[in-house]
Amino acid sequence: MVVLQAESEIASINMVYGGAGCGKKVMTSSSSPGVSLMQEGITYLAGAELPCVVVNVVRGGPGLGTIQPAQSDYFQAVKGGGHGDYKLIVLAPSSVQEMADFVELAFDLAFKYRNPAMILSDGMIGQMMEKVEMKPFTPRWTDEEITKMHPWATTGKPASRERNIITSVELDANAFERFNHKLQAKYKQIEENEVRSEMFECEDADYLLVAYGSSARICQKAVQILRAKGIKVGLLRPITLFPFPTKEIQALLGHVKGILSVELSAGQMVEDVRLAVEGKVKVEHFGRLGGVVHSPEEVVEAMESKIIGG
Amino acid sequence: MNEEIIIAGFGGQGVLSMGKILAYSGVMQDMEVSWMPSYGPEMRGGTANVTVILSDSRISSPILKMYDTAIILNQQSMDKFEKYLKPGGLLLYDGNGITRHPERKDINVFRVDAAEEASKMQSSKTFNMIVLGAYLKIRPIVSMENVMNGLKKSLPERHHHMLPLNKAAIERGLEIVQEVQVVG
Repeated sequence: MVVLQAESEIASINMVYGGAGCGKKVMTSSSSPGVSLMQEGITYLAGAELPCVVVNVVRGGPGLGTIQPAQSDYFQAVKGGGHGDYKLIVLAPSSVQEMADFVELAFDLAFKYRNPAMILSDGMIGQMMEKVEMKPFTPRWTDEEITKMHPWATTGKPASRERNIITSVELDANAFERFNHKLQAKYKQIEENEVRSEMFECEDADYLLVAYGSSARICQKAVQILRAKGIKVGLLRPITLFPFPTKEIQALLGHVKGILSVELSAGQMVEDVRLAVEGKVKVEHFGRLGGVVHSPEEVVEAMESKIIGG
Repeated sequence: MNEEIIIAGFGGQGVLSMGKILAYSGVMQDMEVSWMPSYGPEMRGGTANVTVILSDSRISSPILKMYDTAIILNQQSMDKFEKYLKPGGLLLYDGNGITRHPERKDINVFRVDAAEEASKMQSSKTFNMIVLGAYLKIRPIVSMENVMNGLKKSLPERHHHMLPLNKAAIERGLEIVQEVQVVG
């Protein structure tokens, strides 16, 4: 592994573009404002269909903000961030173990679909320590392996094939529309094949919490507290934010009477939950802002006042 | 077993490293652990605190509002965290610099004069290990062997010659902890 300190986030993401174009596994990481700086590069990577991994350990914004945890970059990660009709594959770890495991998963998915993948973490998961079991070390791909596995990569032109060109520019509108349709078909395929989520005590739930990352950990404790009070509450934890577990939420609507979406934001993921629910049951949002982390007790109170009693 | 602990004091008292050693000791004993530092503005010169959870089962929230145990090492932390102990919980504090002693009648209170003892041992850095020893006397949730393994794991190798002194400090803490109030 080569670790390189770049002079700026803009340099980092463009180095990623270069490395990814050569078929290498390349990743970069930053915290919110740095990832905002990377957005132009990220849309170029998506437009050039290059695989890479970007890690965002989200902090409170907007602006330079605070160094404390937040989940207010959901829209940026899931809905675009940069310009154009593109999607990132977005993974949301909720433990230090998943922080480690998802790097490999993100690379697997990025190469499978030739698309940038993002690990959307936050200052809580980023700062805490837990037990982690590391997987065995896998050696770096050799140049021969890369040429064989990724025939699109710019590894040096042999006489036997045409030049590989990696670019996101296409000035012929009709050709570019066809390319855009190809991208959309790819995103559809990702939506069909790659949704990941986890459920806690959802089978008999009257009420549902939906939360990812650090909020999912906090909500798990809230489920325990509410269950101890005799209220049947479950938790659905999206592991992939794009693709979003829409069908998984819909499958619970037979018995779930109300949903609280919990996120360290003013309410971003709640929009995707509402789209999934299609108005069938009440959906509300709860979350502390600007680096304040909600306690399990606050989630319990919000569930009781906004959903159960509301 | 599920023990939810807050350790709070001044930056520089070894609050975070004490939590880390306790968490590593839990790992050595095959427990689930989490270590969550408070790294807000209060970290700069003011109070430092860390939430440590040791459990037999998977840990949910690493951030808590109510605790089984509070290890309190300065007055500000006493003011902040005494009210967040669960009824029947354990409050262990160092008497140095404390002007308002614990007031609740529904918690178990123990005192360890670790700062004083550390100066007697002529090593202020043993302070947090004396406190750890006192805690382990009241709640022997990890064995001494695993504590020493945890200590070894969390200390960089160049400091391993300090292991015997740290062990002595932990043992001193076991001896000098005093019971103030026990409610069961």
